Amino acid sequence: CWLYFFTVPVSSDQIEQLHRRFKQLSGDQPTIRKENFNNVPDLELNPIRSKIVRAFFDNRNLRKGSSGLADEINFEDFLTIMSYFRPIDTTMDEEQVQLCRKEKLRFLFHMYDSDSDGRITLEEYRNVVEELLSGNPHIEKESARSIADGAMMEAASVCVGQMEPDQVYEGITFDDFLKIWQGIDIETKMHVRFLNM
Amino acid sequence: MSGRGAAGSGRGLLLALLPALCALPRVRGVEEGPGSAHGHSQGFQVVTFEWLHVQDPYIIALWILVASLAKIGFHLSHKVTSVVPESALLIVLGLVLGGIVWAADHIASFTLTPTVFFFYLLPPIVLDAGYFMPNRLFFGNLGTILLYAVVGTVWNAATTGLSLYGVFLSGLMGDLNVGLLDFLLFGSLIAAVDPVAVLAVFEEVHVNEVLFIIVFGESLLNDAVTVVSGCPEGSGAWHGASLCISRPLATTFPASQRGTRPSPASSVLLPSRQPPVSPAVRPPRRLSALPPGSQSRTPLWAQTPCRPFPSPRREQPSALGLSSGGAARVRQGPWSWDTRPPLLPGSQGGRTLGVVLQTWVLNRYRMVQLEIIDQVVMSYGGLRGAVAFALVVLLDEKKVKERDLFVSTTIIVVFFTVIFQGLTIKPLVQWLKVKRSEHREPKLNEKLHGRAFDHILSAIEDISGQIGHNYLRDKWSNFDRKFLSKILMRRSAQKSRDRILNVFHELNLKDAISYVAEGERRGSLAFIRSPSTDNMVNVDFSTPRPSTVEASVSYLLRENVSAVCLDMQSLEQRRRSIRDTEDMVTHHTLQQYLYKPRQEYKHLYSRHELTPNEDEKQDKEIFHRTMRKRLESFKSAKLGVNPNKKAAKLYKRERAQKRRNSSIPNGILPLESPMNNLTIKEKDLELSDPEEAPDYGAEVGGGIEFLASITQDTTATDSPSGIDNPVFSPDEDLSILSRVPPWLSPGETVVPSQRARVQIPCSPGNFRRLAPFRLSSKSVDSFLQADGPEEQPHATLPESTHM
Repeated sequence: CWLYFFTVPVSSDQIEQLHRRFKQLSGDQPTIRKENFNNVPDLELNPIRSKIVRAFFDNRNLRKGSSGLADEINFEDFLTIMSYFRPIDTTMDEEQVQLCRKEKLRFLFHMYDSDSDGRITLEEYRNVVEELLSGNPHIEKESARSIADGAMMEAASVCVGQMEPDQVYEGITFDDFLKIWQGIDIETKMHVRFLNM
Repeated sequence: MSGRGAAGSGRGLLLALLPALCALPRVRGVEEGPGSAHGHSQGFQVVTFEWLHVQDPYIIALWILVASLAKIGFHLSHKVTSVVPESALLIVLGLVLGGIVWAADHIASFTLTPTVFFFYLLPPIVLDAGYFMPNRLFFGNLGTILLYAVVGTVWNAATTGLSLYGVFLSGLMGDLNVGLLDFLLFGSLIAAVDPVAVLAVFEEVHVNEVLFIIVFGESLLNDAVTVVSGCPEGSGAWHGASLCISRPLATTFPASQRGTRPSPASSVLLPSRQPPVSPAVRPPRRLSALPPGSQSRTPLWAQTPCRPFPSPRREQPSALGLSSGGAARVRQGPWSWDTRPPLLPGSQGGRTLGVVLQTWVLNRYRMVQLEIIDQVVMSYGGLRGAVAFALVVLLDEKKVKERDLFVSTTIIVVFFTVIFQGLTIKPLVQWLKVKRSEHREPKLNEKLHGRAFDHILSAIEDISGQIGHNYLRDKWSNFDRKFLSKILMRRSAQKSRDRILNVFHELNLKDAISYVAEGERRGSLAFIRSPSTDNMVNVDFSTPRPSTVEASVSYLLRENVSAVCLDMQSLEQRRRSIRDTEDMVTHHTLQQYLYKPRQEYKHLYSRHELTPNEDEKQDKEIFHRTMRKRLESFKSAKLGVNPNKKAAKLYKRERAQKRRNSSIPNGILPLESPMNNLTIKEKDLELSDPEEAPDYGAEVGGGIEFLASITQDTTATDSPSGIDNPVFSPDEDLSILSRVPPWLSPGETVVPSQRARVQIPCSPGNFRRLAPFRLSSKSVDSFLQADGPEEQPHATLPESTHM
């Protein structure tokens, strides 16, 4: 599906718009670094800010490797990341729709799996949940942890079903992740409107 | 709900009786004030009927009472309401009552004045709708809704009016003294889709949320449009754009342009305007929905009118506020059939056409497309209601000559749409296979990821410098959280606002319930038969006669597995044949698993289905029990202390033969404290437990020490003879009681059975599988650490949180 992102032409207006924004963020430099994102004021309020910024530099999202972070990204990379949020075109056939869906979910997966080992372990999950809930000042850390544990259990029961007592569930793989999301429509959740063509 | 309703109607009855009582024994002779002088010449009347004196409040009270009773009756008879929409039933009720009234005294019944309508009837409806408005759906589809409401209504009004005018011009209607303006006015009245009727019908039908919110939102907002479009036309004068344009600037009360007339016709649909009898005590998290909801929804003319009512003629309400449409119609002048045939299809056709056109436009911009079926439902679901009737009744006879005709026609249209369309829409929806609202079980992962998505999208919007939905929503929720919630909500309520927590909590409950179900299903044999590790009290069970124990317990369980209550008589008899300790085991085991598990989840917009009261307590107790077990299993692993006997209090005291004294706090785990907040705050439970206003924040560390100390205390006083004796002598009981933290009410204590205590079955979830990740040994760590018993009574994971 990522091929699709490049083959189907985006409207030049939008590219122009994004380019302007890119220049604004980078201060007229050809590349952006992590620090440049500090210029976006409202991003401060976002609880998972760090993860999102990191996602921009994640080599897996940029298709430059299977792990690690890039130091800086150029406009093309910027567009690549943005293209994850394009709405799924209704004219595509079923298979392509599935591919697109998978790509979007993969983006989310990469965000959770911070050590790039292909699994979301309990610790990583806890980390994510704590960050997510950090916006609410009334939720203590313990609750966040319990929620993460509960979610992990839920995921385990989905992915592996009944487990033997000595079986150990190591983490959520990408396939498990897909299984969790099976049947749930993410179309409305993972697109940004202005990227409509 | 019925309890509350009964109480409410009791009060209503009292209220109704009170004026009557006051009126009856009034002695004329002692009447003070003007006009009493003329009583002397006629002698001394001891008892008089002061009907006129009390009739206003009396009628109102009686009317409210009757309507409330009717509403309760409708809810109790669920079979009827599932077929016939509530509005239709209420119309029928109005007809019946009005007929009675009219037949009784042929006097003009209660007249609907604008004052009554807009001041007393409309605000509760408005506020109620605003309170229950599903926020996110509404604002997410706001563009669509506005389009339908504004453009659609204007279109409907225009097409209806023009088509009627066309028919009139063609002569089919006969001789009527109407002009184009009148027709347009009428069109604008009729075009208003009524939210109450829509809601009543759609609640039964359960279409998918998008469709529902569009129709509902449209019906909410188009009242305003109706009035605006009717306003300049009806008044015959153009008051300029200042009229009714913006909500806070409602300058002119449109109906004030049209006087009232002491017309006998009144709204048959008044009862349908009744707010629900039991507005559920929703948790305060909805409170923040109130400002945006009610703001966006309040029609223009629900505001205080600027101009005073021009001709405040005092009406003479003489009976209940319900009058029959038949009575009204009889009084109407022309009974012409000419207008009706073209009107109904005209208005419906206009609406359909409008819907189709607008949808075509909208689908170019919407993400989630509206399909043909949705459009059909939307056009068919346009039920007219009381608003149309009220507006038409308020027409001035002088300005609109054929007012009676319009009134009767409106009545016909309203009847038709509500009754016929209301009745048939459900089969239609089923036949068309409209996408129903998916009632999925709440999944924690879904919620979490959904939340993550929201944040990601906001971030993307921020980064790319666009202002989009997510940005606005984020801004609002930040503002809400920082300022509004702090002012308007309690701290505990603020905690529980988070949807994720609610889902988590629901899942925990579900967990607990299915845990109990599992235990029941297995007949607790697993509990009994499994060898224990420590407690010597258990030794008795591994001795011979397991078959007896087994037989008796399983027999008893089989006997009672489907019954919620336990017949203590048979248990008593059986008890005599069992040894004491086993006896107690039985007793406790059965007491443990008395509750029948059930799963009920609230539907999104069924406001009237409240789970009955008895399950709330069950829920809570089950939850506490489960949590307590988990703590104890954890504790036994960590502290090496066997959670031994703790006293319990029997819930169903009247059936129990022995009394236990309550002392120990239930398993209010410190780590569960925030979630326990939620236990209490959860919708079902809030009603029954207001006194547990929690203040758990401080007790994080204190709770477990408290428990530990109590446990160690009780260990000393344990007698090996079993729980037969009250564990604590009365003195100790008191001392224990005095140590109960103030935030606990003794009524909630739970004891696990002896069996369960000793050998803690793992809660469904078999946490050991996550063993590699549980590194912390802090006592305040997650409950997943509970890993005491090595043996697994549950070999397989019960299907508790299966997806």
